[in-house]
Parts: sequence; C-alpha cells; structure tokens
Amino acid sequence: MLKIKFLLPALCLALASPAFADATVTIKNFDYSPMMLSISAGETVTWKNLDGEPHTVVSTDGRFRSKALDENDSFSFKFDKPGTYKYICSIHPKMVATVTVK
Amino acid sequence: MNDHSRRDALKCLGVGAGTLFTLSSGVFGAVDLADAATRRDIGTPLFVQISDTHIGFNKDANPDVIGTLNRSIDAVNALPHKPSFAIHTGDVTHLSKAAEFDTAAQVMKRMQVSDIHAVPGEHDVTDGPGTEFFNRFGKASRNRGYYSFSAQGVHFIALVNVMNFKAGGLGALGDDQMAWLTDNLASVSSSQPVVVFAHMPLWNIYEPWGWGTAESVQIAQLLRRFGSVTVLNGHIHQIVQKVEGNITFHTARSTAYPQPAAGNGPGPGPLKVPADQLPKMLGITNVTINRGHKISLSDRTLA
Repeated sequence: MLKIKFLLPALCLALASPAFADATVTIKNFDYSPMMLSISAGETVTWKNLDGEPHTVVSTDGRFRSKALDENDSFSFKFDKPGTYKYICSIHPKMVATVTVK
Repeated sequence: MNDHSRRDALKCLGVGAGTLFTLSSGVFGAVDLADAATRRDIGTPLFVQISDTHIGFNKDANPDVIGTLNRSIDAVNALPHKPSFAIHTGDVTHLSKAAEFDTAAQVMKRMQVSDIHAVPGEHDVTDGPGTEFFNRFGKASRNRGYYSFSAQGVHFIALVNVMNFKAGGLGALGDDQMAWLTDNLASVSSSQPVVVFAHMPLWNIYEPWGWGTAESVQIAQLLRRFGSVTVLNGHIHQIVQKVEGNITFHTARSTAYPQPAAGNGPGPGPLKVPADQLPKMLGITNVTINRGHKISLSDRTLA
C-alpha cells in the first residue's frame, strides 16, 4: 500500500477511507505516541493499542469515541475539518493527547 | 464442629479472600475471616463486597477470571452466617461487552445472596452511556447509577465516579451527583452508620494514576459529622486502608488480577505474578455489624 501511495498519490487520495491510515498513533505503556499529531484535513488517523490493558480514544468534545480497544485492536477516524482535537482514554483519563488538523 | 476444626475446614475449602468489617460505636475492627467464623462477638452479617471481576480479561495475569470469580463465590457461600446482599464495586466486565455482562450474571447467580448492588467501573461504560451496565443494574437508581438504601439500620449510598472524566483528571461525581449527595445526607441522623461505595477511590491515593476523586475533600466534609462512616471502593486491585476521624476508607482486592502498588511501573495495568502467588492477591471483603453498631471489615484472599 505504501508503495502504491508513493507511485500514485492522486489515486490513493481518491481511495482514502477509514480503513486507510494516513497517520498512526500507537498506544503503549499508558501513552499515546505521538502525543501531538499534525495532519491535513481529510486524512485518517488509526490508533493501535499495544498494551495488555485496554484503552479508548475519546475526544473531549464528543466528536469521536472508540470502543474499548484490547491488545492489538485498532480504531480509525477521518478528520475533515481543521482544528485541534483533544482526546483521552476514558479508562485512564490521565492519558491525554491531541490531533491538530491543518 | 469445634472452633478449631471449623476454622481448619474453612481454610481447607480454600474459602477465598476476605476481610470481615465490623463497626462498633464508630470504631473499626478488622479480623481474619477464618477467625471471624469462629468468633461469637463479631456481629451479624451485613453484606459482602466483591470487586473488579473483569469478566472478559484473558491475558497472562489471569487467563481464568471466571474460575477465580467462582472461587470467590464459593468463599461467600461458605460463610457460616450469610449476608443478605452483596455489593459489587465495579468493573464487572473488562470491555463492556454484552456477552461479558451475560457471563458475569450467569456466574454470580451462584452467589447465595438475595440482591447485588452494583456501581459501574470505567471498564463497564466504555460505550459512553453505559447501556449494557444500566440494562442490568440500572433499576435501583432509575439509570442514574447513584442511589441510597437502608439495611439493618445502616444508610447505604452508591456513587458513580467513572462517567465524568475530564482530560488528565481523577474520577469525578459531577455537580448533579454532588448536589444529590449533599441533599441525601442532610436527612440522615449523625448517629446512623453510613456506608458509601463507589468504584474508584473516593479519597486520593495516587493522583498520577488517577487513583482518586476530584471532589474527595468535599465528600469527606459531608461525611465528617457522622459517628460511623465506611467508604469502600475497588479499582486499584489491592487493599489500602485509611482512618480519618470516624471515617474508614478501604479499597478491595479484585477477584481477577492484581495491580502494581502506586507508582510501580508505567501504569496501573494487570500485574503478572507467579501462579502460586495469584490466589494470595485476589479476594473478597465481608462486612458485619454488631448491636453496638460496630461495623467490621474482613478481607480474605483466595489462598
């Protein structure tokens, strides 16, 4: 997929869907990484939990909410509008991160 | 059966883990459950507390959480004087799935109590509104989660502190629930014993891991005038106790898996221990009351 994206960027943009991650945030040791992610409008972010403990991805303004992600589970969300989106883990609310959409 | 043989029999049955809570004139006592079974001055059964059953968890820290819940229920059913009801201080399930709730309900049916009062843990409401939890346990509170009831002269208050998280914050009750709590306590006599229970600690144990409640100071303030207050929670999967005036704060063990002590490691996740150590770190809490209104807590492990 990466290779195709490199060769045919225009086509891939057209194919962008929630299953296609423009950026990935990993969840490991009770942290989102990267904690501050910048993307462009229309891009999709996929979160993947690598901890044995479940985590969630819940925006503080209610725009998006994952179910509980067990180990190796993923959640994707497509950001259409520019802005800064803060989110937390609703199981461990000390875990806080942001996605900035330009 | 004499005292000694009964005690040995209880131990042989692997009666599980527990602390017996008794309250007398606002003074707290804790005794080993096996001892409690043999003592006549311990009071009458009030209730039993189970917590953090985490049905659905299947990782290394305990691949058989149904098995350990069953052993915990055996411990309750083996009590010589059975309490009439149980409280479950949350995290019934691991991932809030309907099938996990169904399994938990099926297993807990074996517990020989007439009623189970449950408050949600954050693992029970990961869908947001807590639909699956409230479908099963919402009736007593008309789906608010917080409510009060009386039993044997004790005023019980169930609180929800896992549905109002702010980014980076502790557990919280929120304004509506705080107003309700203030109002509810206003009509209770200071001489009446009060038992308050919630999932997350209602006192701040370790803020970097969110082990506390945002309104903990105000809650303690509201409870200070009472002669006997017992504040129970789960969430941290280990026993921590504090006595502050007439208020005893006590956290319960999980029936599923232990967690590290505060600050030990990257976060409060499942703690893998050698298989022979696990039963010593899981358990239940039994609570009794005597004529002098002394409430006693008795923790007992599954070892």
